[in-house]
Amino acid sequence: MDCKQLALLKEIMEISFCLVETNLYLDTHPTDERALRIHNTFAKKYDELTNRYRMKYGPLMPTSMSKCPWQWIESPWPWEIDYSKCD
Amino acid sequence: MWVYEKKLQYPVRVDTCNPALAAMILEQFGGADGELSAGIRYLTQRWHMPTNQAKGILTDIGTEELAHWEIIGTIVWKLVKDAKPEQIKGTPFEAHFVNHGKSPFPHNAAGYAWTATFIQSKEDPIADLHEDMAAEQKARATYEHLIRISDDPGVTDALRFLREREVVHFQRFGETLNIVQEYMDKKKYY
Ligand SMILES: [Fe+2]
Repeated sequence: MDCKQLALLKEIMEISFCLVETNLYLDTHPTDERALRIHNTFAKKYDELTNRYRMKYGPLMPTSMSKCPWQWIESPWPWEIDYSKCD
Repeated sequence: MWVYEKKLQYPVRVDTCNPALAAMILEQFGGADGELSAGIRYLTQRWHMPTNQAKGILTDIGTEELAHWEIIGTIVWKLVKDAKPEQIKGTPFEAHFVNHGKSPFPHNAAGYAWTATFIQSKEDPIADLHEDMAAEQKARATYEHLIRISDDPGVTDALRFLREREVVHFQRFGETLNIVQEYMDKKKYY
């Protein structure tokens, strides 16, 4: 995984985390319109980034489209990545 | 159902080869108040929850806990993957190593295997949500003990992130308890 791929992956990790936060908050505040707007903005960004990642580097989910050969199983897996190597 | 996303929730950095610390981190991999207990506890309690907020929060926090379990396993693995047997000998990781090698395994720091007796489900939303709030506080306390003994800055950083998550989960379970309590009071439900 080169530094450009790692940077995009980290950006996706960040936006996913923002989505976890809005998700949990909205579970107990389902009528908070401001939080919903923030959630939907994150969700749109997440779709854009994961699509860009899939087209460049392969899918982050097994339900995504893949080139041949099946890209889902390509290394590195999440526990194998050196997240600090490009800092 | 679940679909795996090929990423960690947090970019785990590990700065040392450190079998002794790995052995202690296993507390959150297979201990009573660890991430596996949390995930299985919340996902097990969903069936009888009376409100949509409660069904949602148990599903979503339960799922996040499984992601935390993966982070903990990754920390343990990265702490030991390059260790030579001589670096393991004489450390608290040695007993783990003779059984499991370097693979993370769900037991606590003292080697006691994970068991469903660590968790509970009572088909009683009030009892269960109180258990969940206590579980979050106990997990937070465990993270604070681990942060005190950690001598790896990268690991400490990840532990601080995970500790913060327990604080957020406690908050959400508290809100859920209020919602469920109000709902049950309205229904005069015994
Ligand atoms: Fe938690």
